[in-house]
Amino acid sequence: MATLRFFTFASPARFYALAGTLIPWFWIAAALLAAAGLWIGFFQAPTDATQGDAYRIIFIHVPAAWLSMVLYLVMAFWAAIGWAFNARLASMVARALAPTGAMFTFCALWSGALWGKPTWGTWWVWDARLTSELILLFLYLGYMALVNAIDDTRRADQAGALLAVIGSINVPIIYFSVKWWNTLHQGATISTTAAPKMVASMLTAMLLMTLACWACAFAVVFTRTRALIVEREREARWLNEGREGAAA
Amino acid sequence: MIWNSASDFFAMGGYGLYVWGSYGVIAACIAADALIAIKRHRAARAALAANGENT
Repeated sequence: MATLRFFTFASPARFYALAGTLIPWFWIAAALLAAAGLWIGFFQAPTDATQGDAYRIIFIHVPAAWLSMVLYLVMAFWAAIGWAFNARLASMVARALAPTGAMFTFCALWSGALWGKPTWGTWWVWDARLTSELILLFLYLGYMALVNAIDDTRRADQAGALLAVIGSINVPIIYFSVKWWNTLHQGATISTTAAPKMVASMLTAMLLMTLACWACAFAVVFTRTRALIVEREREARWLNEGREGAAA
Repeated sequence: MIWNSASDFFAMGGYGLYVWGSYGVIAACIAADALIAIKRHRAARAALAANGENT
């Protein structure tokens, strides 16, 4: 029984300790990257010829939009792994990702509205890109509501995984929406097949801000995963032994 | 230098409301997300510690 227990909890225990060590470093990285990105974005990048300084929203809008999509795929991936292999840590990571993903989706929509008003003359249009991004927000909220509505943790994780996996079809729709439909939203700014359509300083600022958002996301998701581990693995011996040591 | 003065910087060429409205709300969202997660972790540890003392 003791050995079974050890193997069952080994992975969350190790992750708990590792995440605890990494979180402060992610925050430091996020602060430094954001400082560098904002400095280049606001003091080095020139004013845009057509959009004036309103374009500077890009340095947070594009990173937020990228993260909203990638975090969803990561969430669906870990939810599926948790479901397929009954891996408890994977299911916990999936749950921990959802609120942060929803937050970045909201940020992408919010900054998009504030960018749309001065450049398009409207806060919102039912354009394919905007609508599919709004659906992404509802998918995150639906996932969170579903896993919280079912009391049986394993059943909740399975139902959530099903919703997350089916919903992941929306991510390529968001990504390709600007190609497939005639949208008010502009096409891809960065592509792997063409040279960037922007000044180097603008591109650098955007990439630094993306890395800063990633570091933030890692720090918050790891913190939430640690909370979930403590909530779920209450009986695990490793949590109750040397409590002070593990609390860091 | 792009900006002539601090007020010039905050005005953002007339788009200050949109630019700072984006950055401000997003900074608040990220901070709130982080604080909720940190609080949840602390609460879980506190509940665990309280449970350990009772048994």
